[in-house]
Amino acid sequence: MSTRIGIVTFPGSLDDADAARAVRIAGGEPVALWHGDEDLKKVQAVVLPGGFSYGDYLRCGAIARFAPVMTKVIEAANGGMPVLGICNGFQILCETHLLPGALTRNDHLHFICRDQRLRIENTSSDWTRDFAPGQEIVIPLKNGEGGYVADEATLDLLEGEGRVIARYLEVNPNGSRRDIAGVCNERGNVVGLMPHPEHAVEDLTGPSTDGLFFFASALTSVLAGSHR
Amino acid sequence: MIDSVQRAEQTPEAEQPFADLGLKPDEYERIHDILGRRPTSSELAMYSVMWSEHCSYKSSKVHLRQFGEKKPETDALLVGIGENAGVVDIGDGWAVTFKVESHNHPSYVEPYQGAATGVGGIVRDILSMGARPLAVMDPLRFGPADAPDTARVLPGVGAGIGGYGNCLGLPNIGGEVVFDDSYLGNPLVNALCVGAMRHEDIHLASAKGVGNLVVLYGARTGGDGIGGVSVLASETFDDEGPAKRPSVQVGDPFMEKLLIEATLEVLHAGLVEGIQDLGGAGISCATSELASNGEGGMHVWLDRVLLRDPTLSPEEILMSESQERMCAIVRPDKIDDFMNHCRKWDVEAVVIGEVNDSGRLTVDWHGERIVDVPPRTVAHEGPVYERPFHRPSWQDALQADSSDRLDRPGSDGLRETLLELVAAPNLAGKSWITDQYDRYVLGNTVLAQPEDSGMIRIDEVTGRGVAIATDCNGRFAKLDPYTGAKLALAESYRNVCATGAVPLAVTNCLNFGSPEDPEVMWQFAEATRGLADGCAELGTPVTGGNVSFYNQTGETAILPTPVVGVLGVIDDVGRRTPMQWGPDGELIYLLGDTRDEFGGSEWAHLRGHLGGLPPQVDLQRERILGEILVAGSRDGMLTAAHDVSDGGFAMAVVEMALRADIGARLWLPDGIDPFVQLFAESAGRAVVVVPRSEELRFSEMCAARGVPAHRVGVVDSGLGPDAGYPQGTQVLQFGDYFTVTLDEVREAHTRTIPALFA
Amino acid sequence: MLLARVIVDVMLKPEILDPQGRAVQGALGRLGLSGVTDVRQGKQFVIDIDGELDEDRRAKLEELAGELLSNPVIEDYRMTVANDDEVRA
Repeated sequence: MSTRIGIVTFPGSLDDADAARAVRIAGGEPVALWHGDEDLKKVQAVVLPGGFSYGDYLRCGAIARFAPVMTKVIEAANGGMPVLGICNGFQILCETHLLPGALTRNDHLHFICRDQRLRIENTSSDWTRDFAPGQEIVIPLKNGEGGYVADEATLDLLEGEGRVIARYLEVNPNGSRRDIAGVCNERGNVVGLMPHPEHAVEDLTGPSTDGLFFFASALTSVLAGSHR
Repeated sequence: MIDSVQRAEQTPEAEQPFADLGLKPDEYERIHDILGRRPTSSELAMYSVMWSEHCSYKSSKVHLRQFGEKKPETDALLVGIGENAGVVDIGDGWAVTFKVESHNHPSYVEPYQGAATGVGGIVRDILSMGARPLAVMDPLRFGPADAPDTARVLPGVGAGIGGYGNCLGLPNIGGEVVFDDSYLGNPLVNALCVGAMRHEDIHLASAKGVGNLVVLYGARTGGDGIGGVSVLASETFDDEGPAKRPSVQVGDPFMEKLLIEATLEVLHAGLVEGIQDLGGAGISCATSELASNGEGGMHVWLDRVLLRDPTLSPEEILMSESQERMCAIVRPDKIDDFMNHCRKWDVEAVVIGEVNDSGRLTVDWHGERIVDVPPRTVAHEGPVYERPFHRPSWQDALQADSSDRLDRPGSDGLRETLLELVAAPNLAGKSWITDQYDRYVLGNTVLAQPEDSGMIRIDEVTGRGVAIATDCNGRFAKLDPYTGAKLALAESYRNVCATGAVPLAVTNCLNFGSPEDPEVMWQFAEATRGLADGCAELGTPVTGGNVSFYNQTGETAILPTPVVGVLGVIDDVGRRTPMQWGPDGELIYLLGDTRDEFGGSEWAHLRGHLGGLPPQVDLQRERILGEILVAGSRDGMLTAAHDVSDGGFAMAVVEMALRADIGARLWLPDGIDPFVQLFAESAGRAVVVVPRSEELRFSEMCAARGVPAHRVGVVDSGLGPDAGYPQGTQVLQFGDYFTVTLDEVREAHTRTIPALFA
Repeated sequence: MLLARVIVDVMLKPEILDPQGRAVQGALGRLGLSGVTDVRQGKQFVIDIDGELDEDRRAKLEELAGELLSNPVIEDYRMTVANDDEVRA
């Protein structure tokens, strides 16, 4: 009986099919969740995929955050369910305040697609526990509004509590404060990540298969029945 | 006061601004003859857009016929020329549709939106065949790299293509960026899209079934691009700049994404009898084409069209080029279902008409008849011109002006020449532009720029995939349009084979100056003849394409630029051949013959020279070379392959080395001048890398097919110290002539474009 | 007919990097306007409402201005109600 991981499709979501593929390759069962339904279909974890939900109108993720499905996602997240927000999903999680900070326009004002080197700095979150501490990986990054910002106090808090889960190496592709590529909540079940692990799951189509560890971690977490 | 059919009958002498709408007096007369009266202003609007060069192909039809007449026999073609896009059978029940189109003039006026809506338009063409769009490519041409207007146009075009394509969720898998004086004021923005479907899902643009409903769905109709088509495509810009500034279309990629999802759902649910996208000429085009191709008749209630701008007149509504709209023919018993799917995706839809067998297209506006025409005369029986053409008076002198008269470097100048070429805008790295494009979305991109072709996996279970390349050397085409077109085809064909795919079909975007200039028309006639002959020889039919005329400012036309796109199929994408060479010891081979051919070369271009003859083309040899490359790929004999083109053999080697970040030792064959060996642009060549274990098998295969295979080097990461550099430095050693480090080559290669445009 | 018009201006908080504003600043300088010391780019929402703007609706608007129209983590907003005269004009 495979672990069921839900992937939400909003109008404009783009990497939902890719997230489903990643879940499948990692050994889980992807479950399609519709933005308009308040129904998580008994999934055990949720992925908010990349894309341009609602065309990035108003602000990235600002409209998606109020979708009916999000009431249930927020509820589940507060109850400890593992939730991963990738790129646009990260933006949505920040807009819901499940994660602190916000994502702003890339400092160089261009959309950038590149194979990005990262260091995984927190290996106790539900989505990173299968990594070795400090493990360096290469996964694709592609965004126009990926600059992570928060006030100094919040940034210090995140660093202090080890809630920066991934950091950019070699190149900061978007002006994120403190080279932050991803953060998690206090409990470690909600993770936001700017780069795209779902595009690094097959050697044929990606720069590595490093992305699989994120999804495998969730499967591990669910099986371990972890609640912090 | 509405200009109804009744009023037209009653006021036959009324003055009509047909010339302002781009119609010539004889064309206006013909409309009179067809209708037996003067046209209403709405009918005049319809005919003027549909009979414009862009929509009717009036100057090119007589030449494009050759693509059908000389079509090679092939089982692969499921849908040929005439539909929105060609459809090719790639095996296993899969069909692939692809097409390239131009959006040149709008991109000069408003670079971002012009390029963005170019992408939007071609994607809808693919969608309307019943396919899910899967990837895009962008062959681009601009004026000189350092011209102020290029700095205005290029960044906007790159941002627009990325902005629209990324938001749609389509990976950009390749394209070209070429700079030349002749494109100043006339940039070329060609956009290609490829999609796939199962055979049974192919849909055609026809309105069949009397009583079926005509549904307009997608974005609301506004004043976008009114007059755009007939005005922009039929007239060139004045020397002082675009005196007319027609409203440019503005794109909404989010709406198009919703349109894609809603359309695929209704297609797969079997709710659609016929489908058409709204592009140039908007509703005029969609309704007249659907009506022509079906039972022959349609009635439209134009006032039911949902408007963004309530002040639009019926003529404007008919001519509007608002983006992100489609038209579907739906049976009455399926309309509710259809509407539900649209509602799910928040896509507005409204029934605007009905199919009948009257043989007429009639349009009512609040109860008054404003259009009553035979649809075929609008959509298919537009004017056909036999434009006069003759060989330019300067052609002989141009061909006689060989590049031989230029001073060539001695052996001590070869190093400098290489670094000069590597940094030249046409050859320099383009990642500053292409890093703005998402190449990963959909998770099926196997090869993307700077590889020879873009390759995507179509079937995740079997690994079946397709590869596409687009090429054209406009300089070659100016020296000899017939040969130049064949060379464009050869290069694109070769690029597909280099990655291991078997070429199946061709699309083209023919960009030329004014057809009213007999010398330009000669270039067009020669190029189409060359392409048609070439396709017959290679066995790859033209499935469709696009013609863009009037790319000129005043008297100066652009280089004749027949962009050729070739699509190939590969059984298993896992066997593809990338350009990245492998570990030390692998052998580097140059396939094909190198001749002293510099006519139209990049080297000559950098010296301000364009003259002589383009390289020879031999399509039979290209075919055999292609078979070697495909067999080598399929049977695991090749680690890497790269076609040789601009910048010659040296440039090909540099590109492979940079991709791998590993150096090599190369030796130049005796008996040929090193300058020629390194930089000549002879066709029919490829560089391949062969593991030692495969060398015998591979060279025997080449010998058996009569393909010259010269062993020219070996991959070697340890050459640094020999050449006087620290251990670990990667270098390319060109015989005894010179050595360059990959660092200095990379620096030169990657500096140019950001320095100009960032 | 009673019509209320509410204007909500949204700006990035002063401490947030505004690369678009900076780009505009550069352009102004290149196009001949000297002495521009700073440019910040924001958004304006013009909201027309049927009927009267009573306390409840005003409060709801404030709430949405602070939650939907702006992201309180990085943006400030200012809400003003236009006079009837201005609206009719």
